[in-house]
Amino acid sequence: MLTRRIIPCLDTRDGRVVKGINFQGLRDAGSPAELAARYEAQGADEIVILDVVATDRGRAHALETVREVRQVLSIPLTVGGGVRAVADAERLLDAGADKVAVNSAACDRPALLTELADRFGVQCIVLAIDAARAAEGWRVFRRSGSEATGRDAVAWAIEGTASGAGEILLTSIDRDGTRSGYDLDLLRAVSDAVTVPVIASGGARTADDFVAAVGAGADAVLAASMFHDGDTTVTAVKQRLAEAGVEVRP
Amino acid sequence: MIPTDVAIVRTGTANLASVLAALGRLGAMPRVVEDAETVRTARRVVLPGVGHFGAAMHQLQAGGLADALRERLAAGAPLLAICLGLQLLAQGSDESPGTPGLGAIAGVATHLPDTVRVPQLGWNLVVPDQQGGIVQEGHAYYANSYALRETPEGWAAARTVHGTPFLAAIARGPQLACQFHPELSGRWGAALLERWWAAC
Repeated sequence: MLTRRIIPCLDTRDGRVVKGINFQGLRDAGSPAELAARYEAQGADEIVILDVVATDRGRAHALETVREVRQVLSIPLTVGGGVRAVADAERLLDAGADKVAVNSAACDRPALLTELADRFGVQCIVLAIDAARAAEGWRVFRRSGSEATGRDAVAWAIEGTASGAGEILLTSIDRDGTRSGYDLDLLRAVSDAVTVPVIASGGARTADDFVAAVGAGADAVLAASMFHDGDTTVTAVKQRLAEAGVEVRP
Repeated sequence: MIPTDVAIVRTGTANLASVLAALGRLGAMPRVVEDAETVRTARRVVLPGVGHFGAAMHQLQAGGLADALRERLAAGAPLLAICLGLQLLAQGSDESPGTPGLGAIAGVATHLPDTVRVPQLGWNLVVPDQQGGIVQEGHAYYANSYALRETPEGWAAARTVHGTPFLAAIARGPQLACQFHPELSGRWGAALLERWWAAC
């Protein structure tokens, strides 16, 4: 049986891991390669790197980060940040990414997902959706949560997977960095609407939040601050999941 | 000439960095190649594969690589095929109807059932039909929408279940073909690569 994945996320900028609250107020949290190796040793199933600044100089840093992490990592690596064209994805894959995550550029031009899938296969393309609660349902935001797109999150997940995304990385902007648990209603709505795997992101504080996310349909759970701050380890989280009857890789 | 002990076939669509890094950690000196002569004569050959069956087969046909790989397979020469690489050994795939595969093994790759999440992305249990072979029981990382079902004659098989049982890996002497990604399967995968290396 396919096990549920625990995915530590490294938000990087200029070659360092950073972390903010509600996408704001970034602070330094360490070296990407060191953290990635530590999480693999703890039993992480995959590492996600999201580069938060995609200037030209920042992009060069991001590629160097991916190369360094790839050398030490023998589990899958997903990389996002600034992917606007097939050539951007190709550079990340050549540097050592196994999957690429696309966010703002796909909101602007969904055909990008099709172009990427045609070139690299759907299993390589992750659609990152940043969603916030609205009066009704959830709305999609772009540019690290700073700009509303007017899109409905569930409808966008359906359109995105039909266009070529093979996985959804679903972040609740309301919960991100707040440690108040995942937005389970959002998770349930999106995972019911699509047939590809869904990664829950934004708000994890305890291992029980992961158990709840799996119960709401998540195939994988992603977290950053709870691991960076040393509150808990991937090992401890997996143990709790196994106790709760969730199948994880030992 | 650069010294090398393993040649990685450029299939055009595959992500090679992870394969290169994993072989490098083994102490190997991998080299990416696209000429048929090297594929024929190299000590060890890796056929990686990510992406589309038809696109990869066209790439292999164009450079005469398909024939070189068929010769290697028939001769029992050391070969590691990964993910789509395993499916390319077969007769074809429902992903690209009408495009023949290398035809070294029987079977046609079919789509995973719609009762489970597809693509299969994540870690799943690999169980060999018989103990004591190169492939041992453990969790491997998968990224696939298609899979083979039949065990080809003369090969030892390992199986995984995702909605339906499918071929996780097949092995025959120094030839190993995996639906999963050994290069992304942590310590278990590294140990498998080491055993393959030692068997060559």
